[in-house]
Amino acid sequence: MDNYRDHPVRPYVLTSGRAHPSRNTIRPETLLVVDPEAPRPIAPTSQQKALLEMCGGMLSLAEAAAHLRLPVSLVVVIASDLVDTGHLQVRSAPRHTPPPAELLEKVLDGLRKL
Amino acid sequence: MVSASSERYVASTVAQSVKILVVGAFGVGKTTLIGSVSEIAPLRTEETMTTASVGVDSLAGLDDKATTTVAMDFGRITVSPEVVLYLFGTPGQRRFWDLWEGLAEGAVGALVLIDTRRVEESFEVFDQLETRTGIPFAVAVNDFADAPRYDTEQLREALDLLPETPIVHCDARHKESSAQALIRLVEHALNNTKALT
Repeated sequence: MDNYRDHPVRPYVLTSGRAHPSRNTIRPETLLVVDPEAPRPIAPTSQQKALLEMCGGMLSLAEAAAHLRLPVSLVVVIASDLVDTGHLQVRSAPRHTPPPAELLEKVLDGLRKL
Repeated sequence: MVSASSERYVASTVAQSVKILVVGAFGVGKTTLIGSVSEIAPLRTEETMTTASVGVDSLAGLDDKATTTVAMDFGRITVSPEVVLYLFGTPGQRRFWDLWEGLAEGAVGALVLIDTRRVEESFEVFDQLETRTGIPFAVAVNDFADAPRYDTEQLREALDLLPETPIVHCDARHKESSAQALIRLVEHALNNTKALT
């Protein structure tokens, strides 16, 4: 059974050879927005520039990736660098545990109003 | 034409995002369900991966590699001024979890969409959800017109589901029906959470 394995290959070429983000706190649902106070990067790559322009308003990482037509795994790496340098802000803390009851109640209320 | 740019962005009051996975075999209606309740037109992201079968069947050892694309369609619902809910539509096979490890972490739960004409295609999805994620899930039977009808208990037995796992029938094309399936999942997740505290 286990002689079959999949090997994901990521487009790391565009990220200076790194396949993994500098930190592990950005997920597809993580909300990102440009810090309007932060100065623009001095020499952004074209992907960094595109992501910063896309995040002029708040968007999840997955939405930014879909609009830019880039894979989520690639945009995670680009976004992590821009968060590290302070150009991009993370607006929602990544959740490692199930949502608490209070948050689930809010989701339920919202779904019932649909 | 009305510009969608103003609706592209998440409201600036939002400070929390939560997610539900909509899982099921290809063609079972995941994107239809997401599109029926999403406030944005469903978006798609794609990842390219090589599938290398490691075994004794290759003469050269490297020849039998194929490139495949794994797509994820998703939508968004702003459920309150502070909370946005993402619905990620995922195929749910094993290779998918290998690619997006962590996707299930912190999720409200998974809504498993099934088609009664090909229930067996969902077996791998249930295996993966149970062994790899441990997140609560509910089953939504997308009632296609020509699909055989089974009652809930027949399905529960066929799919080997726990007595408390919700099973709902839905029409993924209709907003109210899709919303009802999501509500059952969140109620189930809430019961689990309350039972733990």
